Amino acid sequence: MLKSKKILNDPRHVVPELLEGVVAAAHGRLALVDGATAVVRTTIAPGKVALLIGGGSGHEPLFPGLVGDGMADGAACGHIFAAPSPDVILAATRAVHRGKGVLYLYGNYAGDNMNFDMAAELAAQEGIVTRTVRVWDDVASAPPERMDDRRGIAGDLLVVKVAGAAALVLNDLDEVARVATKARDQTRTMGVALSAGSIPETGEPTFTLGADEIEIGMGLHGEPGVTRGKLCTADELVQEMITRIIADLPFQAGDEVCLLVNDLGSTTWMEMLIVARHAHRLLRDMGIVIKDTQIGSFCTCQEMAGVSLTLMKLDEELWRYYEMPARSLAFVKG
Amino acid sequence: MLVHVACQMIARTDELTHADQATGDGDHGIAMARGFEAVRDQLGSHTYQDLGALLKAVGMTLISQAGGASGAVFGTLFVGGSRNLADKSTFDSGSLASFLGDGMQAVQERGKARPGDKTMVDALAPAAQCSQEMAAAPLEKAIVAVAAAAGRGEEAARALVARVGKAKTLGERSRNHPDPGAISFTIILQAMAEFIVDAG
Repeated sequence: MLKSKKILNDPRHVVPELLEGVVAAAHGRLALVDGATAVVRTTIAPGKVALLIGGGSGHEPLFPGLVGDGMADGAACGHIFAAPSPDVILAATRAVHRGKGVLYLYGNYAGDNMNFDMAAELAAQEGIVTRTVRVWDDVASAPPERMDDRRGIAGDLLVVKVAGAAALVLNDLDEVARVATKARDQTRTMGVALSAGSIPETGEPTFTLGADEIEIGMGLHGEPGVTRGKLCTADELVQEMITRIIADLPFQAGDEVCLLVNDLGSTTWMEMLIVARHAHRLLRDMGIVIKDTQIGSFCTCQEMAGVSLTLMKLDEELWRYYEMPARSLAFVKG
Repeated sequence: MLVHVACQMIARTDELTHADQATGDGDHGIAMARGFEAVRDQLGSHTYQDLGALLKAVGMTLISQAGGASGAVFGTLFVGGSRNLADKSTFDSGSLASFLGDGMQAVQERGKARPGDKTMVDALAPAAQCSQEMAAAPLEKAIVAVAAAAGRGEEAARALVARVGKAKTLGERSRNHPDPGAISFTIILQAMAEFIVDAG
């Protein structure tokens, strides 16, 4: 297997260097946290409930690209595919805290759970109140009865968007956590990978697939998925993904949803548009109303080829927060 | 002794990476190497007043430098394991038992894994059990037996299906693969045993 080419300096410095890029592109709206691989907004208002997200790096623009006005107040970033350590999370917590507590919102992985929990204990010793909402939108990663075993993948974007807006408007940490939890509970994602991403430090792919094979339910970190199949047509693939998503919540005729078509790293816009086309057709035929469609690279695994589809079922409250203006590297609205 | 442990862990980065690629994301070896390089450098430039302070410092370094689940689990093993060793200045069979017993309790509280979930606990639990039984034996005998118990636990875990950690979503497909964390734990104890036997 050929090692992949990447545009890098010292592979050990990828995380601080990419964060410097995020800050540079924000023109003063974001800053690095001293001594920690974390970025925060520079204009967090006094008395605001803070929203801190985070996780392993290598999934850009997630998580630092979701920090911005109307989005997250900060992101604590780990090494490639590894949760940030408690001291990084704690430094970011202190940097975003404005006296009203901090909501930790992140994908449900053992490493993130343990490290954010340790940070929460340390923050509590300093008198900073935190709440935690873990995103577990990946339908493929566990059956519904073991919901809290599921991984967080591209649905992070929609949940962070809603929670970020709620954290601007609501001045109570528990209320923001309630809205974030509702957004999480209404969000479902299904992914498919065509080829693997690779770790910058080793250049080696995290798995291998045959020339005509695809992996359904691929993890965002390149964890092997749940089943392998032969490459089929775009319409067949979308049918399979949408069917699984719809059955899981379940979504029903008359439901209003946001649709997210996410590139896992190296899928072309051409392919994503073909996927979006058929997703729209299928959902329309089911009587499901798509109120917004997002297409792009939001939540990636290096150069992994593949897409994920996410639906978030909307009610009046979620739609109101979803529609509020937002400005971050990866997501702009209004 | 812990410098030797750190060097052994760093030397086996590739082996751990490959084990992790089979069932996880392939970063365990890199994380452990990063953590133990920091431990090695720290041990070379500091002195500690007692065994508890030493083990706690190792754990805190692993948590902050290895990162991810690997740093949290192995850091917690050392921090938790240091709990009742604050007044000890020599490492004997009793302190080994204290380290592994308290360490296992802390790891299980943090990670919620039980024996049989195909995690490093499957190597840690038999090692901790063995260390209690050998708590009155000479250290060079105890450490060899405990390292062997960890190794047997790691081998037995290969046949298990993962229920905790990133490999859990593989279900049946995780069977017949080793658990990278269990290998790392076994390496730590084997390196301790080598050092103690050579020194004795």
